[in-house]
Amino acid sequence: MALLRRSETVIAGILLLAMVLIGTINPAFWQLDNLFSLMRSNVIIGIMALGVLLVLISGGIDVSFPAFAVAAMYLTIKGMLALGYNGVVLPLLAATIMGLLFGAVNGFFVYKFRMIPLIVTLGTSAMVRGFLLGVVGTSMININKMPTALIDFARTDVISVTKADGTTYGLTAMVLIYVGLAVAMHLVLRYTMIGRSAYALGGDPEAARRAGFDLRKTIFFIYCVAGALAGFAGLLHSGMIWLANPRDFVGLELDVIAAVVLGGASIFGGRGSVLGTMLGVFMLVMVKNSLIIMRVDTTWQLVVVGSIVIVATALSAWRDRRRTA
Amino acid sequence: MKAQMNIRSLVNRDNNIVQLLVMTVLIFAVMTALSPDKFLRYYNFESITYIFPELGLLSIAMMIAMLTGGIDLSVVGVANLSGILAGVLFHKLAGAAGIADTGILTVLLGGVIALGTGLVAGTVNGLLITRMGITPILATLGTGQVFTGLAIVLTGGPAIVGFPTAWAFLGNGKILGLATPFVLFAVIAALIAFVLTRTAFGINLMLIGTNPKAALFAGLKRERMVLYSYMLTGVLASVAGIILSGRTNAAKSDYGNSYLLQAVLIAVLGGTNPAGGRGTVLGITIAVAALMLLSSGFQILRFSNHLIDFIWGAFLLLVIVINAYKNRTR
Repeated sequence: MALLRRSETVIAGILLLAMVLIGTINPAFWQLDNLFSLMRSNVIIGIMALGVLLVLISGGIDVSFPAFAVAAMYLTIKGMLALGYNGVVLPLLAATIMGLLFGAVNGFFVYKFRMIPLIVTLGTSAMVRGFLLGVVGTSMININKMPTALIDFARTDVISVTKADGTTYGLTAMVLIYVGLAVAMHLVLRYTMIGRSAYALGGDPEAARRAGFDLRKTIFFIYCVAGALAGFAGLLHSGMIWLANPRDFVGLELDVIAAVVLGGASIFGGRGSVLGTMLGVFMLVMVKNSLIIMRVDTTWQLVVVGSIVIVATALSAWRDRRRTA
Repeated sequence: MKAQMNIRSLVNRDNNIVQLLVMTVLIFAVMTALSPDKFLRYYNFESITYIFPELGLLSIAMMIAMLTGGIDLSVVGVANLSGILAGVLFHKLAGAAGIADTGILTVLLGGVIALGTGLVAGTVNGLLITRMGITPILATLGTGQVFTGLAIVLTGGPAIVGFPTAWAFLGNGKILGLATPFVLFAVIAALIAFVLTRTAFGINLMLIGTNPKAALFAGLKRERMVLYSYMLTGVLASVAGIILSGRTNAAKSDYGNSYLLQAVLIAVLGGTNPAGGRGTVLGITIAVAALMLLSSGFQILRFSNHLIDFIWGAFLLLVIVINAYKNRTR
């Protein structure tokens, strides 16, 4: 317990330091509208990160969730347009279930054929994206065709501030959804048997099996939840950007995995927390956004994210080795 | 005892090769039946011999990383960065005569730089994996982004177009009526097959992949061998990059993105065990040929590239299922 707390304190400390540094280079960072827009950028990556956290804790890896997210989003919106349906709850539910079903395919292959999760998820990712673009369509659905209910829902603000010049900006209510999901995930991971079994599986699969955990249930739960969160986040994303692009989320897996590892989840499985993940997501989003504020050329983004992955995993590996030694 | 083991492993391996050959013939037959006039043309097979070496080399690289239970997700990034660095050099050194007529010395220098890029990139991967103890998936996922990112920084996004004639020969030319890249591939594949089966290094890799703990107790220098294997992987990736940039006369940061999935698929299909310890160059070569036939057949049937991606993914999952059932009966 004490150790866990310490690892998150370190991340929070680094985060604060980075904020002070960026704020010094460009004081515009501390303006409320910048902070609000930062939090807004956390929502989608954050929700997906909760699923990836679960997968990493169990000792697996998932690179298919961006494909699931985009497929659930595009298919749902296509369906809404075809049916002429304009709503919020049912579509979000549909996207979530779609993601869950995709995730179940991952779970099936990982459990049934004992295949390395990376290879399974590479395969399902290619299939889902290929199907979406090859069969369903490649054209974007623009704002003029987007279901208005979704956009209105995603536009809701919790706090609204009016600037001196009369323009208003606010903190999106989607942050509340993100926090709500995070709290739920925290409770599941900490207090339920299925949550504990994910840690057990990541710590030592054989030991978990002998301790009496039903690993089939655990593995299906993990990949289904990861898929469901991705599907949900996908549709929410299109509502927030007023656009449904079937080529969206390419390369997002790296950002999300980076954020989760940055948040202290072990790359060897068995360790990781929701709070750490949220801090990691915030750090990653902040660094990426602040590259622009600090006037760094955007072409450097990939290099920066890649380097963050390497440094974070190296630190995580170093920490875990020291502990086992 | 030892002789018996050898015979058994030989039979097992040949079994796998036989299966692959049957599959190749099957694909060939189906494609021929579906569109005999277009599929059977000489031009079709000739163009396959130009395209297949890049993917073949990347797949062999992937197989080598898998031999020790690892994986290299940075191969495409390394290939592109190698081509781009060479391209940047050629554009810097291009004289008044233009890039096409760059002297042979400059071209050689470009080759050294490209191969050097692969060697350095592979060394970085190997050190991260052996010294820092990062899992190969995450280490190479990270470095792959860094290499691709550096390629974007160097080019600013668009492709570098225009390579020396001598360089293009590596990707486009003909030696004795055969495609140069194909000849290059054959030579390199034979070399790698020799290294993996006939040298201490290759045997060590197999042993480390089969049972890391036993290999450690037997006194094998695991860290060094794994490091070497990633260096080799990097160099192979850069050769693929040279051929790719020579063939297309251009280098870009996002070329060959779908090659990553295909290389993993081919490695697994070719009988490589992703958990380590098993894999042959021959298996990979047949698997590449089979999948090239498949994809050219689908292209002739006017399937979209996205659908072909779908089929690759489905194929990968199918291979997993087949392998699982094969191992169950054994």
